[in-house]
Amino acid sequence: MKRPLRVYAILYLGFLYAPIALLPVFAFNDGTVIAFPLRGFTWDWFRQLAEIPALHAAVLNSLKIAVISAILATCLGVLAARAATRFAFPGKKGIMGLIMLPLVLPEIIVAVSLLVVLLQLGLSLGAWTVIMGHVLIATPFAIAILNSAFQGLDRSLEEAAVDLGETKWSSFRLVTLPLVMPGIISSLLIAFTISLDEFIIAFFLTGTEPTLPVYLWGQMRFPQRLPVIMALGTILVLASVLLLAIAEYARRRGAARTGQKDAGGFL
Amino acid sequence: MKDTRTEARPIITLEAVEKYYGDYHALRGISAEIRQGEFFSLLGPSGCGKTTLLRTIAGFEDLSAGRLFIDGQDMAGVPANRRPTNMVFQSYAIFPHLSVAENVGFGLRRSGLSRAERAAKVEQALAMVGLAGFGGRAAHALSGGQRQRVALARALILEPTVLLLDEPLSALDKKMRDQMQGELRRLQRQVGITFILVTHDQEEALIMSDRIAVMFEGQIAQLDTPQMLYRRPVSRKVGEFIGVMNFLPARATVADETHIEVEAAGLGRAVIGPDQLPGGWHPGQTQSVGIRPETMSILYPGETTDRRVATGVVEDLSYYGDMTYYEVRLDGVERPMTISMKNLVGRPVLERGTEARVAWDARSLVLFA
Ligand SMILES: Nc1ncnc2c1ncn2[C@@H]1O[C@H](COP(=O)(O)OP(=O)(O)OP(=O)(O)O)[C@@H](O)[C@H]1O
Ligand SMILES: [Mg+2]
Repeated sequence: MKRPLRVYAILYLGFLYAPIALLPVFAFNDGTVIAFPLRGFTWDWFRQLAEIPALHAAVLNSLKIAVISAILATCLGVLAARAATRFAFPGKKGIMGLIMLPLVLPEIIVAVSLLVVLLQLGLSLGAWTVIMGHVLIATPFAIAILNSAFQGLDRSLEEAAVDLGETKWSSFRLVTLPLVMPGIISSLLIAFTISLDEFIIAFFLTGTEPTLPVYLWGQMRFPQRLPVIMALGTILVLASVLLLAIAEYARRRGAARTGQKDAGGFL
Repeated sequence: MKDTRTEARPIITLEAVEKYYGDYHALRGISAEIRQGEFFSLLGPSGCGKTTLLRTIAGFEDLSAGRLFIDGQDMAGVPANRRPTNMVFQSYAIFPHLSVAENVGFGLRRSGLSRAERAAKVEQALAMVGLAGFGGRAAHALSGGQRQRVALARALILEPTVLLLDEPLSALDKKMRDQMQGELRRLQRQVGITFILVTHDQEEALIMSDRIAVMFEGQIAQLDTPQMLYRRPVSRKVGEFIGVMNFLPARATVADETHIEVEAAGLGRAVIGPDQLPGGWHPGQTQSVGIRPETMSILYPGETTDRRVATGVVEDLSYYGDMTYYEVRLDGVERPMTISMKNLVGRPVLERGTEARVAWDARSLVLFA
């Protein structure tokens, strides 16, 4: 690699990851002010995490929302990906384009318009409204992942199962489902992570029970809480990285098992 | 041997079968009877509807019109999973997440057999295709030829009334293909099940089949035994598709119920006997007649014959080791014709530009209706 390119790459990565690298640094720093020089090592901030009931409620709320959103987005993703790879129907390209649009739509627009619609309909805000929003933004990711899982499948496989006496549904269950399972797991994990980390939609659509990111944002007003937030952030980053790594592993293993070329995927 | 087959009862009957994909007319009035226990081939160029016809028999495509009977039963409304047919797919469609044994035993899931009985059947089926002991292997780690055998065993284990094969050999290399052609033929004789093979390879169809349906553009152009197809193609198109055939313009001088006399360009006058009389010839009319390369021969200097003789010049030749294909331009004919000669001892390969006398018979002329 040429020298300027190498410098650029290092700067780029530094810019990308330095702030995140600061999280654990201050999470273990024995001082309430987020500033250098560091003042010694402590587990204290992590210990405090365990003693805030409102935080625990927010974590539980977030987990519940993330699990349900991930399942719903993945189910929708399976249906859409199968339809898109198996059938030709009029307007298919346009419909798929519209489904994928939330990938690039500013989240604030999605959040505000959802809020307006929900209020107009007279629905009260709560976990379900956040789930709706999260399904909306996670589904395109699910479809993209599952599309690549379904695309690699030979369509004669299901036909072969039918030919050997199975019904359409049992063929799907016995043949297609196991083959796209790595894609499904990958989609579940990514949708879960997206929902868990998402702030804007949750901020607009949450009711009285905040999700974790919304709770964190609320805590930012209290400077003395910052080290605790850093500690929490550290845990979240680790969890996200772990989940995404598992997701990618599942996707690659699936591709290898069915003998496909590795194509697509986000990582 | 042929005679018992000729008498065999029809196992599949197609009556004026039509298939449309939207506006596209893929099958145009297909009627045929396929007999119990025969090796039947659907032969035709790419896109002529062979796969479509096979898939309508298997139940993967609905008929747009017409009727289909399998073993006397109307198949209208019978889904693919309840038809007494099994299929070997072009891609083999081996389930990659299952072992070889699980693949082969897949169709037995609903058979009600015990685990041990199923395992015995699987092993038997694997042995039949020469894969005894392969049951534990992962299916995605097999070679092309092995996948093909697994697909065969998986389809045959259910003892279908009819086995459908969609270009099963096209993915194999030439050597493997030649070997599998023989094996497939032996297997078919051994199990006695009706095989319907789709292929676009005319040689493969000729080698393997009891009867062949030649298809063009969604229609059956000719349904016959390999020998009849080769010797008596009903149209120029069939003659061209199967093997090599020369075509010459010919004018009918006499045409009645008992014989036709034609004047074939370059060859001369020929009387066509009653066993090869197609309709549609009228005196004075010019049409093409066909003649196969191996039915003619080039006479060596001093060689005599009681066959008819025409004269011409060797324009080009292709040497194949056992055979030589000569391009000979007969006097008074524009296009050279292909003549194939065995390379025998004492018969040196002729050179380009040699004056040649060509021996031929009126009996080997093919007239088209
Ligand atoms: N599902 C479909 N929708 C629309 N058209 C189709 C469909 N399946 C086949 N066709 C068309 O029908 C025609 C016949 O197709 P088919 O697959 O039967 O050809 P084939 O004889 O098997 O050719 P090949 O040797 O290439 O396999 C083709 O022109 C094809 O494009
Ligand atoms: Mg085909």
